[in-house]
Amino acid sequence: MNPYWAVLRRDLALALRRKNEVLTAVFFFVVVASLFPLGIGPEMGTLRLIAPGILWVGALLASMLALGRLFAADHQDGSLEQMVLSSASLPGLVAVKILAHWLLSGLPLVLLAPVLALQFDLSAEAIGVLMATLLLGTPLLSLIGSVGAALTLGVRGADVLLSLLVLPLYIPALVFGAGAVQAQTAGLGASAHLSILLAMLLVAALFTPWACAVALRIALE
Amino acid sequence: MTLHFKFWFRFASPQAFYALAGRLWPGLAVLATLLGLWGLWLGLCVAPTDFQQGQAYRIIFVHVPASWMSMVIYMAMAFWALLGLTFNTRLSGMMTQALAPTGALFAFLSLWTGALWGKPMWGAWWVWDARLTSELILFFLYLGFIGLTAAIDDPRRADKAGGLLALVGAINVPIIYFSVRWWNTLHQGASVSMTQGSSMAQTMLTAMLLMALSFWFYAIAVALYRVRTLILVRERNTHWVGELLKTEELSQ
Repeated sequence: MNPYWAVLRRDLALALRRKNEVLTAVFFFVVVASLFPLGIGPEMGTLRLIAPGILWVGALLASMLALGRLFAADHQDGSLEQMVLSSASLPGLVAVKILAHWLLSGLPLVLLAPVLALQFDLSAEAIGVLMATLLLGTPLLSLIGSVGAALTLGVRGADVLLSLLVLPLYIPALVFGAGAVQAQTAGLGASAHLSILLAMLLVAALFTPWACAVALRIALE
Repeated sequence: MTLHFKFWFRFASPQAFYALAGRLWPGLAVLATLLGLWGLWLGLCVAPTDFQQGQAYRIIFVHVPASWMSMVIYMAMAFWALLGLTFNTRLSGMMTQALAPTGALFAFLSLWTGALWGKPMWGAWWVWDARLTSELILFFLYLGFIGLTAAIDDPRRADKAGGLLALVGAINVPIIYFSVRWWNTLHQGASVSMTQGSSMAQTMLTAMLLMALSFWFYAIAVALYRVRTLILVRERNTHWVGELLKTEELSQ
């Protein structure tokens, strides 16, 4: 059996048997996005203006919350060491794990975003662009975050440390993701932003699995 | 060629570098103090008052060199990190860790003096401008590095993990900078640039360059001092540190 396919199926099966972990991060996104109008006030004009930023920051925090799970369980039960020792390439296995992680924690956010965007009275076009940016942006977040997750594996206070390491690196994704929706509502068109997001995603897809594999080897030495 | 390598790699041994750093740092510290005093005197007492900004502009003599140093030190950290990960030398990781607190200090200093300058000039302590924001993010990157290396108990793992983080950060810094430049509005244009020549009076330029040199020497001296401490802590179980401590006890 192909090892990459096996890892993907195993990760998905494990997550679907412990649904609450996946659902917690998704509901975190919903709750955070719903708190902002309560703090800011129900003025629709203001909400429409800040919606892209809030939804993007919410998605960013939710995907970061889920990062801790990426390697922790495998590290505890020793299967991560087996992956490092196996004859399959470690960056490839890591890439598959990141893909599984995105399917479980990133894709639900993309699908939920339009519902939350309705709370902020975004136009249909803006919602379409928001979904497109999240579709390109959440895998980027998972890729960048995976390096942080590997570096903090088994370290004291890993969760808080992970946010300190990873959040500054998320900034370009946030700027272009939220910027695309704003450009669309301002009538400028979002294609430039989307192209840059796609470019960043492709570069990250090429390099981060490799960097993540190096970080895992350091952690398991 | 081989002779060359032998010369440089001799100092890759912590023991040899401990002695070298011990000889270098006092001189550098004295140089930093003298240049700093000279630069401050030129900048605060001699340089003419600015036509538009009055006396308040004088903070640039600290602000600009501090910002430069915060960036240079991150580059230096990335350099040592790369060296450490490729050649697997123990000293490189120690150098990376020795530089980080100084870099964080300069980034903080740059933000703080920038706020002090911004209040009278722009009427605001903080504006969301590209360069300010990138400097803030650089400060966060330093904190992340320090946090990660401090959280890992095994020093070899801390070195390697920190080195990888420094490299990832160094690759990301230009991307972050260009993405943050999207709302570049309020900050004044760069005062010193390599291509166009300076737009400042001669004394101001001299004072600024003196301060920059002083900060360079300060950073190197402090990093060397700190790396000596790190070497002693990590090598405390070796023979040569034992001998060293014995002779120091005798001389006291």
